[in-house]
Amino acid sequence: MATEAVVERRSAGHRLAGFFHGRRRLQISGLLAGPLGWLVVGYLGSLAVLLIAAFWTVDPLSGEVIRGLSFENFETLFNEPVYREIVWRTVRIAALVTVTDAILAFPIAFYMAKVASRRGKAILIVAVLLPLWSSYLVKVYAWRTMLSAGGVINWALAPFGLEGPGFGGTAVWLVMSYLWLPYMILPIYAGLERIPNSLISASEDLGASPFTTFRRVILPLSFPAVVAGSIFTFALTLGDYITPRLVSNDQFIGNVIFNNISNNLPLASALALVPIVVMIAYLMVARKLGAFEHI
Amino acid sequence: MKKHPNPARTAWLIAAGLVSIMLLLAGCGSSSSNSTSGEELQKVGKGEGALSLISWAGYVEEPWTKPFEEKTGCKVSDKVAGTSDEMVTLMRSGQYDGVSASGNATARLVDAGNVDPVNVNLVPNYKTIFSDLKSQPYNTFDGVHYGIPHGRGANLLMWNSEDVKPAPTSWNVMFDPKVAAKYKGKISAYDDPIYIADAAVYLKAHQPELGIENPYELNEEQFEAAVNLLKEQRANVGEYWSDAAKQISAFAGGDDALGTTWQYQYFALKGEGHPVAASPASQGFLPSEGATGWSDTWMISSEAKHPNCMYMWMNWIVSPKVNAEVAEFFGEAPAQTLACEHTENKNFCNEYHAENPGFWKRVYYWETPLSECGNGSSDCKNYNDWVQAWTSIKG
Amino acid sequence: MRLSRRSTVLLRLAIAVGLAFIYIPLIVIGIYAFNASNVLEWPPPGLTLSWFPKAFESPSVHEALLTSVKAGLAATTIAIVLGTLASLAVARYRFFGRETISFLVILPIALPGIVTGVAISNTFTQVLGVNLGLLTVIVGHATFCIVVVYNNVVARLRRVSTSFEEASADLGAHTWQTFRFVTLPSLQTALVAGGLLAFALSFDEIIVTTFTIGAGEETLPIWIFSRLFRPNELPIVNAVAVIVVLISIIPVYLAHRLTREEGGPVAARGGQIEGGGVETEATAMP
Repeated sequence: MATEAVVERRSAGHRLAGFFHGRRRLQISGLLAGPLGWLVVGYLGSLAVLLIAAFWTVDPLSGEVIRGLSFENFETLFNEPVYREIVWRTVRIAALVTVTDAILAFPIAFYMAKVASRRGKAILIVAVLLPLWSSYLVKVYAWRTMLSAGGVINWALAPFGLEGPGFGGTAVWLVMSYLWLPYMILPIYAGLERIPNSLISASEDLGASPFTTFRRVILPLSFPAVVAGSIFTFALTLGDYITPRLVSNDQFIGNVIFNNISNNLPLASALALVPIVVMIAYLMVARKLGAFEHI
Repeated sequence: MKKHPNPARTAWLIAAGLVSIMLLLAGCGSSSSNSTSGEELQKVGKGEGALSLISWAGYVEEPWTKPFEEKTGCKVSDKVAGTSDEMVTLMRSGQYDGVSASGNATARLVDAGNVDPVNVNLVPNYKTIFSDLKSQPYNTFDGVHYGIPHGRGANLLMWNSEDVKPAPTSWNVMFDPKVAAKYKGKISAYDDPIYIADAAVYLKAHQPELGIENPYELNEEQFEAAVNLLKEQRANVGEYWSDAAKQISAFAGGDDALGTTWQYQYFALKGEGHPVAASPASQGFLPSEGATGWSDTWMISSEAKHPNCMYMWMNWIVSPKVNAEVAEFFGEAPAQTLACEHTENKNFCNEYHAENPGFWKRVYYWETPLSECGNGSSDCKNYNDWVQAWTSIKG
Repeated sequence: MRLSRRSTVLLRLAIAVGLAFIYIPLIVIGIYAFNASNVLEWPPPGLTLSWFPKAFESPSVHEALLTSVKAGLAATTIAIVLGTLASLAVARYRFFGRETISFLVILPIALPGIVTGVAISNTFTQVLGVNLGLLTVIVGHATFCIVVVYNNVVARLRRVSTSFEEASADLGAHTWQTFRFVTLPSLQTALVAGGLLAFALSFDEIIVTTFTIGAGEETLPIWIFSRLFRPNELPIVNAVAVIVVLISIIPVYLAHRLTREEGGPVAARGGQIEGGGVETEATAMP
């Protein structure tokens, strides 16, 4: 009988749920406490503590940080041309890698989403995801051996009288494009999947050639997903220091930060502000373009 | 859904407030990296069962760590670092017990309080260390001993004997733009600011008008000359190396044919049958200008969790048989006088000039560049200047 | 979609080039795992199987693998909890600063790893006085893993109609019951997809880990990094990499099967299902 159910003792969980019921503010606070605590206090707080050192200086011998307000580091970064070159080099390669990966990823993602059979799709998904599980370091070292003077690339090109790019900026571009490709394929694939086939059929029914359909229907609809993928390729290239070290002599922003961490943390922090500002700007633009729905 | 801005806004404000408190604490607090104990151990007790070391490649190897572990029960874990900068960074984390520090790290570690003085009375084998390694400016500060010498050596000039002819006898093959251009893209240089001293050694011999005495004490003019030399060298450099294996694979793969290296890489490549050669023993392993080098010291961290094991290690590593093994494995001069009787190659100590202090006058041990020049003036470039210059050299 | 023959051929060519690009270096790694010499040259002087038993037996590999798995599972769990909490708040309520959450969540992965790593390690050692160790590694990994879970769950929550949750409440279920029996099942595949990706990210992470790990411990990437500097053990590294990739075929395929068969009434009603590695029953919106 219904009245018996009401008389029953309610479990602790039930009572707790009742406590939250109707109290919207409590619900929101309960949900947000953990994530906000972790991300704002924990993560942003740590960042702030690190970055404030950008306004300090350092004792040259002991590496001890002198906590007095100073803009010395920013002056160094502006006045010494090498830092500007390094920042420009890093940003340039990040952009190149992003464009390269977008071009490489799109056909694969498109095939997976719209053309492949069920089984083909399954195989391709596994095939694309699998490299994510092989170690980043092993992949970079493999590329290093491939690019070396006696490596695969030179060995394969020798019969044609050609030579591989060897180590250097080209190598960094190649390797980074290679490493981050799956991060570009996945969001584009998901984005293309979301385009209803009915839209494509409608476009064809209206007489558009496949190319026109692609250009005027598929591309605009999938653009936010491409931007989403670009966040990863750009960010991961911007901050990497291991790949430039292993396949080139070029210094990237990450390398200079790394080299200065123990001797001159203030200078390292000041330099760290550059990719942070760049990425925040990038993210804001990406959000405007709708990319955040597609990550 | 109605809009209720208040609870979330409060949450954000609380979070922002906590962050501000963190910033305040960070800004006003004193650096906690200094340990309170600057004292040396008085007595070596029982081993703690573990030992965490930072070392150069080839310094902590199984042939002598295994017997050490069996004897003392201290299980050894070793982190190999490629540059002194890496070693300093690692030591500053306070996670390690000891480090085999070169002269361009020791002063920094002592000044920041990352290492404790070493009570040499607790290290019996110290008594028979070569006297020209004791109480040196790189291991003894204000009369206080900060470490136990491990061994010493000079940086080597190594080349691929099939690609580089005739056999070089001078560093000009790396520094003289006309000569180095022959091997453009095949030259291997050390990736660390301290390499500026190598350019200074070269200039000391070839541009004596600059008046360079100590390659680590450079005034503005001398420093600029060295930096410019390195900027010119960059065009010919194939790779800057900081880890030994990277250089080994570069030489083995044919990416590099010529460069500055350590004995560790040289013997590894020779052992694999690669056609490498280096300045021979008859020349004291040195090109005509001399070379930079190192005299390494085992230091104990001020935050060492296993000090007893560390002292046992320091005594072990300079015990006669072990120091002989260590020196022969790497290819450097031992620190222990009695080691010379235990080397497999009976002529080892002679070849490596272990007992010849005069030889080492042509080897400029790594030192920390300071503003104080030896001659009373203090306008020399300090380590910060070297680091920044190195960034602009590499470009 | 109908494509001309030429387009299909070009597309197939592009796929072939892309897949070749992806897999040739992996094949090279595979070949080097059988390399008879310690030093990496091409072509390898000889082939041997000996590195695989060595990799299987090496105690440091076992330890590193165990540490990596422990860190990955813990970080993934934290990421799932925090990511789900945040996405529930964002998708089901409106509040001050709601748009900022998605921004906040992606920051740890968008900012350079070295900055994240040094910041977290700095806070632990200088501000909190805590020693670096497995715990600090987990904290670091969880921080940048939150976003992959969050995005999957938010997208799913947006597609799943709230009418089911309302119906459940109307039928007398309290909050936890509704969550457990209605909301959670609809999130299942999003959680699996997000969790798997989070685990993969944590498993292979090196930069943040370098700065947050204690002296005596090694995750698998740290182990690999340290062996890259020891020429004698380099081939074992390649063997280990090959083994890890081969083993990981299993969870990747399983996750794909699990998410593909997801077609329960709740999710399908909400429209297309999505998330990394999921097949879609693409239907027109009802």
